[in-house]
Amino acid sequence: MRAIRMTFFFLLFATASFSQELKVAYEQFTLPNGLNVILHQDATVPRISVNVWYHVGSGSEKTGRTGFAHLFEHILFEGSQNVPEGKFDEWLEAAGASNNGSTTEDRTNYYEDLPSNALDLALFLESDRMGFLKQSLTSKTVDGQRDVVKNERRQSYENRPYGKAGLELPALLYPKGHPYSWPVIGSMEDLTAASLQDVVDFFTQYYSPANASLCIAGDIDLAEARKSVEKWFSDVPASLPKEVVTAHTPLLTTEKRVVMEDKVQLPRLQLVWLTPPCFQPGNAEMDLLASLLAGGKNSRLYKKLVYDLQIAQNVSSYQGSSKLSSEFYITVTARPNVTLTQLEKVVEEEIQKIKLEAPSNREVERIKNQFESGFIAQVESAGGFSGKANQLNYYYYYTGNPDYFNEDLQRYKAIGATDLSAAARKYLGTDARVVMSIVPEGKKELAAIKN
Amino acid sequence: MKKISTFFLFLLTLQIGYTQAPNRSTPPPLGKVKPLQLPVLQRFTLSNGLSVLLMEKHNVPLVQVNLLIQTGSFDDPIGKEGITSFAMDLLDEGAGTYDALQLADEIEFLGAEIRTMSRSFYSEVNCAAPVSKLDAVLALMSTIALKPNFSTAEIERIQKLRLNGLLQNYDDPNTIATRAFNKYMFTEASPYGRFANENSIRSYSREELVAFHKSHFTTGNSKLIVVGDVTQGSIQPILEKYFAALGSSALIKKTRPTPSQVKGRPIYVVDKPGAAQSVIRIGRLGPERSNVDYYALNALNTILGGSFTSRLNNNLREQHGYAYGAGSSFSFWNVPSPFIASSSVQTDVTGPALGEFFNEFKKIRMPIPSEEVNRGKSYNALGYAGDFETNANLADALGDLFLNQLPDNYFNSYIEKVLAVSKKELESSAKKYILPDNMLVVIVGDRSKIEAGIKKLNLGTINFVLVEDVLGKKPKL
Repeated sequence: MRAIRMTFFFLLFATASFSQELKVAYEQFTLPNGLNVILHQDATVPRISVNVWYHVGSGSEKTGRTGFAHLFEHILFEGSQNVPEGKFDEWLEAAGASNNGSTTEDRTNYYEDLPSNALDLALFLESDRMGFLKQSLTSKTVDGQRDVVKNERRQSYENRPYGKAGLELPALLYPKGHPYSWPVIGSMEDLTAASLQDVVDFFTQYYSPANASLCIAGDIDLAEARKSVEKWFSDVPASLPKEVVTAHTPLLTTEKRVVMEDKVQLPRLQLVWLTPPCFQPGNAEMDLLASLLAGGKNSRLYKKLVYDLQIAQNVSSYQGSSKLSSEFYITVTARPNVTLTQLEKVVEEEIQKIKLEAPSNREVERIKNQFESGFIAQVESAGGFSGKANQLNYYYYYTGNPDYFNEDLQRYKAIGATDLSAAARKYLGTDARVVMSIVPEGKKELAAIKN
Repeated sequence: MKKISTFFLFLLTLQIGYTQAPNRSTPPPLGKVKPLQLPVLQRFTLSNGLSVLLMEKHNVPLVQVNLLIQTGSFDDPIGKEGITSFAMDLLDEGAGTYDALQLADEIEFLGAEIRTMSRSFYSEVNCAAPVSKLDAVLALMSTIALKPNFSTAEIERIQKLRLNGLLQNYDDPNTIATRAFNKYMFTEASPYGRFANENSIRSYSREELVAFHKSHFTTGNSKLIVVGDVTQGSIQPILEKYFAALGSSALIKKTRPTPSQVKGRPIYVVDKPGAAQSVIRIGRLGPERSNVDYYALNALNTILGGSFTSRLNNNLREQHGYAYGAGSSFSFWNVPSPFIASSSVQTDVTGPALGEFFNEFKKIRMPIPSEEVNRGKSYNALGYAGDFETNANLADALGDLFLNQLPDNYFNSYIEKVLAVSKKELESSAKKYILPDNMLVVIVGDRSKIEAGIKKLNLGTINFVLVEDVLGKKPKL
């Protein structure tokens, strides 16, 4: 394995050519119960990452139960038929393992990063909760995690400066009923309403092997790992075919201006557009545009607002890509006594410049070189939410091909300067977006007013 | 009906495919643990006397180079709080023949990262680069580290950024809690309780920054750490080319006074009206890094608040649902340094949550069940290899080794030493360091909603303060 990694890095660095392959070797198979399995060997350190994706997220929640997919993620750590409450984490920690889970609109993922001698333990635990969770569920479990999740909401949104904006955006960006029209964390009322029956139903409907993908990356023997997977997941019952989430159109068709007051010192402007879903045409252009606008000191908005004019404290831009739609953000925090109307005007002028004139080749190359380095950093480690195990599952879910690293990189490499201008013209219009002003309490006069 | 029977048939076939269902009655036994064996540590010295620590790692053609400066923010003189951090920040705002924007452009064009940073006890300029571009990246890194311009325009620009940054501190309850804890833990005269403020930020002059750089960026006060796909033979000439110009001097003597211990149980409530949660910090001085109890305390803290199944997290999160999480840590500076337990708890249960912290402090001083002792030790020791996966991980670890003057075999022997800690040593370290009657308590939350609950616990005298009492008056901008 060491040799394969070497080769891939060597090719990437040793030549200036763009035609070389970025490759993460893997083995893939499907169990009779429908579970997709991906194995990848990397013996850098004697560690293994076990990563499981369930292809369900908050987008599948029913009315009145927002936040449920994430609440369910929490419940998955509370034990299963052969794992008493509390033992999931105790057994893993006793083996020197760390673990976690996360939920988005599209999916829920879980991982265990552990010493290479403890693979079977992780597979036992993951297979037990995939196959035999229902038997251990009680309403006490649900109540306990309900309180924890409510505190997660308080900590991550309500008690964080500018945090409440994130709770309001989904309903502004998407029409009522769209799977992305409510926040993943959910509302307090809906979290209160979640019942044991909801948990049982959700498990039955979505947590089946055919709706999941298991990836093991790290210091493994491929044949032995396969045997272990077959052993532990063979008795996980197959279940009903999954329900596929579909998009509701039309999406955002007007400009929405919103003013929010928050306990903050400096006003903040947040511009949000809907952009093409991940891996769809136009999506990669928007990632590069985010860098062109606000990645580094020479980026258009940073240079203008923070460096030259010094009317903003900071500026950031990024695209959050998902299955049905993506969201493109520009966030600017003003200096004192600067109105968000002033900031918006400058942002608009800079976007306009990009629309009218293609960026220079050096500018585009600089951004692409940064992206390429990002791809390399991504494959340096195997575990956690950003290591190779998770990335293989990510690519499998969104593209059907676990080793989509090279294709993904090529998406960016293929983009030219004029493509960026075209994408800005196409997606960063002023007629369909959310313009959110977050102002200090009692300072609504600082909000962005339409010119 | 038909559908159902087909379904069962399918399941039946499934079972036949495999010999038998796995035994789920007990968790599977663990295999043999592979020992951690890091590559040999190499040392050499450049012609100007700058010493280099090198660890070869050839699995990927990447290199990490860290230039460590043994001066940190705790070395800032009184009245010049924040100057180390400010000077480090200015390094890449123009150096050699490049201005700030040209430097950023060159670095990004290479697809490289060069970072400057300061911590409590050290500062660092570092880079991560592919071997093929190492020469070009190190040329830029050494320009930043050795030839910063400290132009007046850039100084003024960053001063404004920092003053506005001060203003933003008033928004963030975690920053307020951290500041308050240090302010009330240490005296004003000690470097540990002071922070950059409006006056100090406005006071930095170009002359001071130039002098700071000249006196601290010297061979005696610095160390180069290299990890990655190079050998001494391949890297030494490049380092010589770019870092031999670093001025020579002996190590600068630092004043790192020994702080005094908390007396009694002072409580500070910082009022943050309308807060959805109360941020809690509780602590006292623990030992210094070189203390013999270091390994026992690592295991003890894992049990008390250093892991998901730790007592604090289990109590506040799993048992009571008061918080998203709770934990604790020992700072392990080179002088006696804080042990801190912390959490963000929902406002209406602040009193009871605070009470649970003290229940756990009392309980940890009682005999600890063997299963917990073993779990704490194993989690700490067996998870250790995960800290050495990337070049950056390893370089940071070598920095730790150097700054704390640890022996070369420190990492390879760590696991063994933690596993060797006895139940008795753990229990006596708890009794020695976790003294619930002598702890500082800081709570940042909505006083009107939490005061009664805190008073009811009768923990000690409560001081009610405002955010401005902690952070000072808001800067005028």
